[in-house]
Amino acid sequence: MNKFIVLMCLAATLLLSGCDTAPQQENSLIYTYAPRSILVIPPMNNSVEVNASYTFMSTLSRPLAEKGYYVFPVAVIDNFLKENGLPTPAEMNGIALDKIQQHIGADAVLYVSIDEWGQKFQLVSSVTIVRATLTMVDTATGTEIWKARVSGSDSNSNQQGGGIAGAILSAVVSQIANSLQDNTYELSRQATNRTVAADLPKGPYRLEAEAAMGAK
Amino acid sequence: MQKLFISGLLLAALSACTATRGPGQLYYWGDYEDLIYLSYKKPGNATPAEQIERLSKVIDRAQAEGKAVAPGVYAQLGMMYAMVGNQPAAEQMLMEEKARFPESAVFIDGMLERAKQMREERAAQ
Repeated sequence: MNKFIVLMCLAATLLLSGCDTAPQQENSLIYTYAPRSILVIPPMNNSVEVNASYTFMSTLSRPLAEKGYYVFPVAVIDNFLKENGLPTPAEMNGIALDKIQQHIGADAVLYVSIDEWGQKFQLVSSVTIVRATLTMVDTATGTEIWKARVSGSDSNSNQQGGGIAGAILSAVVSQIANSLQDNTYELSRQATNRTVAADLPKGPYRLEAEAAMGAK
Repeated sequence: MQKLFISGLLLAALSACTATRGPGQLYYWGDYEDLIYLSYKKPGNATPAEQIERLSKVIDRAQAEGKAVAPGVYAQLGMMYAMVGNQPAAEQMLMEEKARFPESAVFIDGMLERAKQMREERAAQ
C-alpha cells in the first residue's frame, strides 16, 4: 500500500512538473501583425535572485527561433545596449520603440518580467520555481500582439524514511546539491520551450519549411 | 488494477509532453545557449577565446550534418572575434549572419558602420 502511495505521488509530480502548460491565450493579433523578427529585451527581474534575468534570457532564443522567427542575438544586443548607456535590464526595458526600429530594425519586441524565481525550502522538500510573463509588442504601432505565462516547478522530495527529521535532512541535502547545480537554467529551458511551443503561432521560417516539405 | 491506473497516469504525462513538440528542428544549436548562460552565470566561465573555439565547432558540426546554423550564432562569434581584436574575422561573421538572416540587416549594418568608424579614428590618431 505504501508503495502504491509513493508511485501515485511520483506519477502526480510527473504530471504536474512535466506539463503545467499555461492556458491558451488570445493570439489573433500576432497573425494580423505577422512579425518576422523578435528582439528579446533582457528580462525585468522582480525576484530576489540576481542571476534570474540573464539565466532566463539565455533560454528564449531557441524556442522562439524554432517556432519560425528571427531572434536577434541576445548577448550581442545586451552588449550593444550597455555600450549605449543602458547598463541594466530595468533601463533597457524603457527604450522607445522608434529607437528600436531605427537602430535594430526589429518587427516585434518581447518584454519579459520574471515573477518568481529560485528555490523554496519547504518542510519535507525543496522546490525550484520559475515563473515569468512574456509580452510581445509590435514595434511600429506599440500594439500588444501576444502574451503568455511561463511557469515551471521542480520538486525534490527524496523521502528516505527516518521520519520527519530524515525528511528535513534530505531536503537540506537536495537543496545544497541543487544550489550547486542551479536547476533554474534547465527548468526555465523546459518551461519556455513548452510555453512557446504550445502558445506561440508559427513564424515565417517554420511556415516556409513546412511549405517546402509539403511541396516535395 | 492499481498498476493499470498508474501506467495510465504515466502514459498521460508522457503523451501530454510529446503533443507540444514540433515536427523537426529548423536549426542546429550545439553549445550556443549554454555558452550564453555560462558567460552571464560566472564571467570567466566562457572567455571570448573559449567561445570562439566552441562556436566555431557548432558551425563545423552543423555543416557536417547538413543543418542550418541557428540565428545568432554567427553574430555571437563575430562579437567574440571583435573582443579579441580580430576585426576582419568579426566583420566576416557579422556579414554571414546578415546573409543568412536578412532581418538582422539594420542592426548588423549599424555594428559594421561603428566598427569602421572606430578603425578610422584609430588610424587617424
